[in-house]
Amino acid sequence: MAKVFIYPTTSLILSDLVARFGHQPLSAALQIREKIQTPGLESPPLQITPEDPKKGLKYAAVEVPSGVRGRMSLYGPMIEEAQAAVIIHDADFSFGCMGCARTNELIQFLLRKREIPILDLRYPRTDEEGIEFVAAIRKFLQEIPGDGS
Amino acid sequence: MKEYIPRFVGTVTKYVFVESPDMTPADLAIRAYEISQGVMIKETCFGLQITGRPEEVDAIITRLRTFDPSHIFVKDRGFPPGDPRRCRANLGGARPGYYGHEFEISLIRHISRGIEELSQRGADAPVHPPVYSGPAGLDARRLQEIIESQES
Repeated sequence: MAKVFIYPTTSLILSDLVARFGHQPLSAALQIREKIQTPGLESPPLQITPEDPKKGLKYAAVEVPSGVRGRMSLYGPMIEEAQAAVIIHDADFSFGCMGCARTNELIQFLLRKREIPILDLRYPRTDEEGIEFVAAIRKFLQEIPGDGS
Repeated sequence: MKEYIPRFVGTVTKYVFVESPDMTPADLAIRAYEISQGVMIKETCFGLQITGRPEEVDAIITRLRTFDPSHIFVKDRGFPPGDPRRCRANLGGARPGYYGHEFEISLIRHISRGIEELSQRGADAPVHPPVYSGPAGLDARRLQEIIESQES
């Protein structure tokens, strides 16, 4: 079972398909869950504390807005442990906490810099595209090390 | 700042979406209750939220998927159901994250079709997935026309 970074990290379709084909999807929910299940000081809504933008300094410079660094404190560790990635490019900006264009660019840059296998897609708009979309994801996931299906 | 004491530590929460011509969220909920064995299940308009120990939740989801494999979709959720930081009962308006689900559910019938067709397709068959060609740029001629129309 390989760890597969999905983008958008909140995607239902990618999360389901990656798990369905026997791998572990790395989604935003895993990091959020860890945050909100860890005792500490109350910092609603996501338990992001002033410490998190400091952790984000590993991925973005100090002059980068704290919102980007705070987000990178969630996504950065997942990018580091990812063994492959599936990226959908035409996601809407209203995808919850994926709604930060600069963070999204940085995530894609860091993924490509790691030189792991990456599958680039867009959302299917017809049944024919849906068939090819699912088949492409299955084929990609079967070819990466740690195949589970 | 005050002390934060988390609830449901050690549990996982998963969304189960059903978008099927043969099964409603209520049908799915009844079947889930039958095999829940103490796991917390919340019925929603789109399916279920299941909260419990990871192995228990995974066992229930594996069983639920068998009822309609190509029309049941699952994803992780960070918050437990009804959490006041996320529940729309406290916040008003749609729950954060709803719009992403709404967008993907509108396309999910194509994914269901793709899953149904997989069995008829060889694992090594060539694939031609939809590829993103970048944002639509402004055509240079059209830009020229705009400039000229402003100058005249």
